[in-house]
Amino acid sequence: MTSRPSAAAVAIQAAVLILLGAVLWLAASNAVANLTRLGINTGLGFLWRPAGFAISQTLIPYSESSTYLAALAVAALNTVLLAAVSIALATPIGFMIGLGRRSANGLLRGVSTGYVELLRNVPLLLQLFFWYFALLRPLPPPRQSLTLLGAVALNARGLFLPVPIATEGSAAVFVALVAGIALAVIAAHLLARRRERTGDAARTVPVVLALALGPGVLAALATGMPFHWDVPHLQGFNYQGGLAVQPELVAMTLALSLYSAAYIAEIVRAGLDAVPRGQIEAARALGLRPVMVNGKIVVPQALRVIVPPLGNEYLRLFRNTTLAAAIGYPDLTMVFGGTVLNQTAQAFEVMLILCAVYLAINGGVAALINWYNRRLAVATR
Amino acid sequence: MRKYLGALAVLALGAAIAGGAGAAVLDDVKQRGKLVCGVGPNIPGFAFADDKGVIRGFDVDHCKALAAAVLGDPEKIELKPLPPRDAFAQIQNGGVDILTHRLTWTYTRDNGAGMQFLMVYEYDGQGFMVKKASGVKSALELNGASICIGQGTTTELNIGDYFRAHNMTYKIVSFADLDEARRAYEDGRCDAWSNDRGSLAARGLALKVRADHVILPETISKEPIGPIVRKGEAQWADIARWTFFALITAEELGVTQANVDDMKKNSPNPEVKRLLGVTDEFGAKNGLSNDWAYNAIKAVGNYGEIYERNIGPKTPIGLERGINRLYKDGGLIYSPPFR
Repeated sequence: MTSRPSAAAVAIQAAVLILLGAVLWLAASNAVANLTRLGINTGLGFLWRPAGFAISQTLIPYSESSTYLAALAVAALNTVLLAAVSIALATPIGFMIGLGRRSANGLLRGVSTGYVELLRNVPLLLQLFFWYFALLRPLPPPRQSLTLLGAVALNARGLFLPVPIATEGSAAVFVALVAGIALAVIAAHLLARRRERTGDAARTVPVVLALALGPGVLAALATGMPFHWDVPHLQGFNYQGGLAVQPELVAMTLALSLYSAAYIAEIVRAGLDAVPRGQIEAARALGLRPVMVNGKIVVPQALRVIVPPLGNEYLRLFRNTTLAAAIGYPDLTMVFGGTVLNQTAQAFEVMLILCAVYLAINGGVAALINWYNRRLAVATR
Repeated sequence: MRKYLGALAVLALGAAIAGGAGAAVLDDVKQRGKLVCGVGPNIPGFAFADDKGVIRGFDVDHCKALAAAVLGDPEKIELKPLPPRDAFAQIQNGGVDILTHRLTWTYTRDNGAGMQFLMVYEYDGQGFMVKKASGVKSALELNGASICIGQGTTTELNIGDYFRAHNMTYKIVSFADLDEARRAYEDGRCDAWSNDRGSLAARGLALKVRADHVILPETISKEPIGPIVRKGEAQWADIARWTFFALITAEELGVTQANVDDMKKNSPNPEVKRLLGVTDEFGAKNGLSNDWAYNAIKAVGNYGEIYERNIGPKTPIGLERGINRLYKDGGLIYSPPFR
């Protein structure tokens, strides 16, 4: 039971709050007055004006006649894509290197240690330039592209992949696929219950997989494969059609994920080291196989130590995406904090919006990590 | 560069909140004993550190001329190399007294952005550089091309307008740093590299084999490049504008760095006398000494000399005077009269 604060404490806190509010209000009104005096446009009206510039990678439809607001959305999605792919890569690499650091095999341990020391002691920006120009230099121009089966092409403009385009009758396939996945989720849940009750873990994986993919595949076969492939083809300066992955995205992903993996490796190592040796020895004494010792005893306990700093590392990786401008990847800072800021000259509003968007996305990631962390926490009664 | 962005925003915020410097720029400069100029970031011929680390060039000479006019000494300057984005923030906040930079005069920049352009000291236009091996002879053949550019100028908008006007598609790859754009183009990321023609010529010097590349004939935009001061500084704007006009008038009247002393003593031409402060009191009208224009010309020479020394055909940059000749030679460089 907390004690009731005294009247004096309440009064002091109220006074501080009022003072803080007054300072903020003064700062804001002064800023507006000064901006007006300097003849600088203010307001958010510019967001609805046409942007007039192109962006090299757009996940949603966008052209020069789209608004600045659309440019903001495109740029934010590019940032999220980059961060998501990088996190998805950095995590398994980091775990493997982290396990390698504790391996009994001297060579593996040496390589892992070397990796960590090299990657975390070279500035990220330099690594970024290294990957970008190391990727670009050996890649051929479009006309001499490296091709695979005439469907996949690789050149200095990017990697071009064929994509399936849905045609008439494909709706049934999608429905079957979604239904299958839903069934699989339910089945996985039921099987887990049964395993907890009876200890029988047999056939879970094949059953879930078959349920997830089976209906979709059957439906596709039954409707006579209602898809055609959009295959990239050389036309004019470059390949058209298909899905293009830019070298900037690849270089950014490589640099960010390899760099963060070095830190994640250390986090994982610390987490594993934090599990008392007695636990491992006890597990072995019970006759558990090494895989079971790791999977059932070590990792679940280590995760409680690993997750909070791992979350920090994810947030840091997210913030590091702002280096993208160096190699021309159109991320949030590059497009909105760069081109848009320049063209509108409304530094005040642009920077505030930029901060707000980063805060919102990063805050979301942090909330997700906190939720996962609570789930992992030892249940206390 | 990126990491300074936040700091700059805070600076902008801070300056806006604290209230800009109240005193006139001229008084600030005199009191400080030093003129602070924002110049281009590492652009050969315009503002580029030589092998001794001294920044020289067309932009720098204009800064020196103004320092000589105001303080009587062309060396009393501090140069801040700024990427375009930072340049705007700095002039708005009073971080620099003037931008003798390579920034294009446009409506949006001149109105509602807290700054004003003074005049045009170089007429440029945006062009494209391509590899000779590509066989491209005209910008109209660039349909579908990837184009590398440096972000933060009018470059992106010009390309957007040009390609749309000609019904062509393109892929733009913009880099925060102009030199990274060049490197990426050189390494084959793009089919073309676009910038102001002057900048293409200047930055093209850094290409490994310059002869393998060619600048296409089309100029797709008007790029009047001129100095910028903070909005609302009427006297300071007049001083700077007329100092640069004095350099142009000097060329027109045949006054050079070498003969300026002789002209001051012996020239019978009444406009030369007015310009060099032998007669009338033009300097005093703006709170300067009467030999302000003399000092500027003595320090860096006339407009033509500045051009030839830094970017002209005899320099590695090799830019012909073209439309940057004096009006009487068929160009656009023109100064109002000193009377």
